[in-house]
Amino acid sequence: MTALPPTPGQTIGPFYGFALPYPGGPDLVPPGRAGAIRLHGRVLDGAGQPVPDALIELWQTSPEGDVIQRPGSLRRDGWTFTGWGRCSTDNTGTYSFTTLRPGGARPFFALTVFARGLLDRLFTRAYLPGSPRLDSDPLLAALPPERRATLIAQPDQDGYVFDIHLQGERETVFLVYSDQPGQ
Amino acid sequence: MARDRAAGLASRTVSTTSRTDQPSSGEASLADQATISAEIAAHAAEYARSGRERLGPLLNYPPYRSSLLRHPTKAPFQVDPEKLERFAPVFGHSDVDPLEADLTIQHRGEPLGERIVVTGRITDGDGRPVAHQLVEIWQANAAGRYIHQRDRHPAPLDPNFTGMGRCLTDANGVYRFVTIKPGPYPWRNHTNAWRPSHIHFSLFGTAFTQRLITQMYFPGDPLLPLDPIYQSITDPKARERLIATYDHDLSQPEWCTGYRWDIVLTGNSRTWMEPTE
Repeated sequence: MTALPPTPGQTIGPFYGFALPYPGGPDLVPPGRAGAIRLHGRVLDGAGQPVPDALIELWQTSPEGDVIQRPGSLRRDGWTFTGWGRCSTDNTGTYSFTTLRPGGARPFFALTVFARGLLDRLFTRAYLPGSPRLDSDPLLAALPPERRATLIAQPDQDGYVFDIHLQGERETVFLVYSDQPGQ
Repeated sequence: MARDRAAGLASRTVSTTSRTDQPSSGEASLADQATISAEIAAHAAEYARSGRERLGPLLNYPPYRSSLLRHPTKAPFQVDPEKLERFAPVFGHSDVDPLEADLTIQHRGEPLGERIVVTGRITDGDGRPVAHQLVEIWQANAAGRYIHQRDRHPAPLDPNFTGMGRCLTDANGVYRFVTIKPGPYPWRNHTNAWRPSHIHFSLFGTAFTQRLITQMYFPGDPLLPLDPIYQSITDPKARERLIATYDHDLSQPEWCTGYRWDIVLTGNSRTWMEPTE
């Protein structure tokens, strides 16, 4: 149990574009580097319209499955893999990261979603398809099939596609975490 | 700066009604403040009746019109964080220059407006400091204008103010910025809608689950009761946690006034539990 009440969240608003995105934000590795893959997709609202003013953050393990604790995400040196990136959506609601495949038994990208009109951030996971132990994942196993599908990225020629539906029939499963970290 | 000035000149030919924080389809049917205020009051009354405590904003909050198509309608799924999610990205001195914490020295001259210092301590729910972690802020200038290219409010840009800053917390979780007090600005949620003065804060904790973006407000702002974004936090005590305190001990003679704002990052496990039917 926590003793101090949390500071509430608020929407990112429409005018973060000059402040939060930065050069190299979406490129955890330089495009074209051996092993580089693309994770991209669209953010869509309840009418199926693209959300051109969303911001997506990505957090992932290394290809070996390690959690990385290295600085350098804001000023990338081209060599250090930090496991973290940030990308704003474009006019078509599309975000695109260049990164490495995360490792581990049931690899996933942890994503945070911010947008104008969204009053607090959302958390979700983009799982990699085809991982042999995906079926044993506690989250995926607990979801009905059509909901589970919203958390599994689809392969394409460059990597993976993961669309985020804020609302609607194909609404993405968003997460709350059950316990406090660092205990 | 030439580009910024050009943008400022261009904006003078554009009326306030071109400001876009709303889909243009809503233009013909904007509500007035009385309607929005009545909706805010109805949500507040419903919350008071519910007898339940909700410490974060409602995601489905119709007085903030832009939330209508952008809030999830299904209950969030509760999971145990995986190891990855128990850690946060690390930032360091290679990421942030100490000068970035002073928003008043980013250009050749001094920005216009009230110079202020904003400082506070970032902790987790147990009071442990969030040390050596990234804090980012952004804001409008003293006239209520963002440098963002889509801000068409016909208030002047300030060639000496960008309105973006970063810092790392110290070992005790303390952040500190020098900036100017932002002005209120008009937006098109409804007619004659004005956002209270605010500074946007982007915060990381020691775990991915603690990630937070929010807004800091100023004490005594008469626009707070009218603002659907602030009022989307229907718990009165909870929303007051977003208001900084004027602290005379932080004010410096002949130089600036001071505000204190402490931040608690506990993750979202108990702040967003409102499934909509």
